Amino acid sequence: MENLLEVKNLTTRFHTFDGIVHALNGVTFHVGKGEILAVVGESGSGKSVAMMSILGLLPSPPATIDAGSAKLFTKDTAVDLLTLSKAEMNRVRGRQIGFIFQDALSALNPVMTVGSQISETLVRHLDFSWGRARTRTIELMNQVGIPGAAQRLNQYPHQFSGGMRQRVMIALAAACRPRLLIADEPTTALDVTVQAQILELVLRLQREMDLSLIWITHDLGVVAGLADRVLVMYAGRPVETAPVDTLYDHPLHPYTRGLLRAVPSLDRDTKAPLESIEGLPPDLLSPPCHCQFAWRCPCVFDRCWQDNPPYLEVAPGHIVTCFYDLDNGRPH
Amino acid sequence: MTPLNSPPAFPGREYPEAEKLAGPLIRVENLSKYFTVSGNFPFSGRKKIVKAVDGVSFSIARGRTLGVVGESGCGKSTTGRAVLRLHEPTSGRIFYNNAEITGLDIGTLRRMRPKMQIVFQDSYDSLNPRHSVAAIICEPLKIHTCQTTLQMKKRMYEIMDLVGLNPNHAVRYPHEFSGGQRQRINIARALVLEPEFVVCDEPISALDVSIQAQVVNLFKDLQRKLGLTLLFIAHDLSMVKHISHEVAVMYLGNIMETASREAIFSMPLHPYTQALISAVPIPSPRLERSRKRIQLEGEVPSPVNPPLGCVFHTRCPIARKICREKKPCSREIFPRHYAACHLADDKGTSIIS
Repeated sequence: MENLLEVKNLTTRFHTFDGIVHALNGVTFHVGKGEILAVVGESGSGKSVAMMSILGLLPSPPATIDAGSAKLFTKDTAVDLLTLSKAEMNRVRGRQIGFIFQDALSALNPVMTVGSQISETLVRHLDFSWGRARTRTIELMNQVGIPGAAQRLNQYPHQFSGGMRQRVMIALAAACRPRLLIADEPTTALDVTVQAQILELVLRLQREMDLSLIWITHDLGVVAGLADRVLVMYAGRPVETAPVDTLYDHPLHPYTRGLLRAVPSLDRDTKAPLESIEGLPPDLLSPPCHCQFAWRCPCVFDRCWQDNPPYLEVAPGHIVTCFYDLDNGRPH
Repeated sequence: MTPLNSPPAFPGREYPEAEKLAGPLIRVENLSKYFTVSGNFPFSGRKKIVKAVDGVSFSIARGRTLGVVGESGCGKSTTGRAVLRLHEPTSGRIFYNNAEITGLDIGTLRRMRPKMQIVFQDSYDSLNPRHSVAAIICEPLKIHTCQTTLQMKKRMYEIMDLVGLNPNHAVRYPHEFSGGQRQRINIARALVLEPEFVVCDEPISALDVSIQAQVVNLFKDLQRKLGLTLLFIAHDLSMVKHISHEVAVMYLGNIMETASREAIFSMPLHPYTQALISAVPIPSPRLERSRKRIQLEGEVPSPVNPPLGCVFHTRCPIARKICREKKPCSREIFPRHYAACHLADDKGTSIIS
């Protein structure tokens, strides 16, 4: 599979009053064409910051991107998103890469009608006339399943329910037929029955428009039904990347394994207590120079307190950052 | 964090098998809570009524957990608060230990409060930011008991040990803790008076997965040690399955189905329960690909203007004429398995194929 986006060694820091927050410490991943990549992690693991860094959405100050590259491949050229000027970036955002935010109410403009917000992207990026943009907007709203699109066009975001607002966000993000769609926990605030509707919709759009999709979430259940490949983040670093089946059947990082065992599931025996990961993630104001997970790791040994583990490709497409070989019960 | 393997903090108060003490501790009959809201324009005089909870009945046996699940706005939190009379119920009766608490004056009710406590969802908002952990945990003791400072301190350290808080945390303030730790402070405060009944209002929704597991295990452990009776409110069905003995499914202020945990997850009778369960993602890619989903159309109607007849008929895939006209009563379809659906019977008429 050809890669659409390649991120290498992305390092983002926040310079705050209390000190420097090491939000991302060398994040490397890629997304293939037409692929769905799920990024999983707990709050503060850096999954949103990584995406915001790539798209230049972090305010600076306090944020600085200290190292790394994020190459977006177009037909024959590759551009490094981190080196683009503001104007160039504006042409990429919305046109090449669409973004769906978690909280649609605060992401949409409250004093602009929904229709004009969607039309605006079409006019700005694709040079549509306002009249033509309006027709296309109605088509888009129908496509994402908003009933009575021609009337609802003139309504404001607060007049929509949570699920419908998220549909508006999706229409907005997909309006210019981007090649990559980044969704930042788009269903976390929604109820399960509505979440199921939105997941269905996004999967349908992804197939129809042949999109690549990055789906940020903390819900391992959603990931199982959606993703082709999964990236697990912990304390600003990827700990494991693998195809979805491999990751669930055969996790190789102690954190991934712990996370999978901590999730209750409808198909799981309820007599046994959930296995929790004791302790808390490290404080990123002063991150340890050894493995970030060492404090909480059940398999910790002397080497873990000395170095940060490198990326290790244990099988094709299965990358893990750990010194310990869970399979054989001994260090690699 | 100290795991909960320390000896029981209350010698002689350990319940060997909570199930032995049968009989409902909490019984709720036809509980309703309506809120009046003003219309779109201030001073317009037209008031609307939101039927947040509309005639729910259930009972919880001693030492058991009733899980209440439903989507946002279905009235599950209002039910939890109304049971404790934190919201004054509009109508209906609540019995605690066979004594009615709905008519009690506030003074008498206050004397019963030590027996019934609540843990709130937002662990930060429910703790006073200017009080140290010690002050927070001791406050109920100051209000409800006549203990000396020394006794209170002793009790405080006992309870902190029980919920897995370090003794040197006592002098710290809420902002110094993580979400999971703060929820432990909330639990400690709720348990310090040795209540029999605790309402848990989405205590784990705001926490991360690995921390959720810690808190759920803590609840189960405490229930076993102290014989607590819990009303556990959540929207996460898989968590509810893990912690509850019985489950009640709510939709738009009504209880649609009540049954034991095993029955509700293996053989849901109400179409809404079936749809809800099928919408919950399972963390297993293979199962996710093979299972069939029941997709519900549309969204939950507004509780200001609930549908006539069965409140679920607007989204129900198998709704018939009677569902639009007559509101179904809760019927016992199988022993201890209640469903409020016209079509529910023991032949599986209400099962969506």
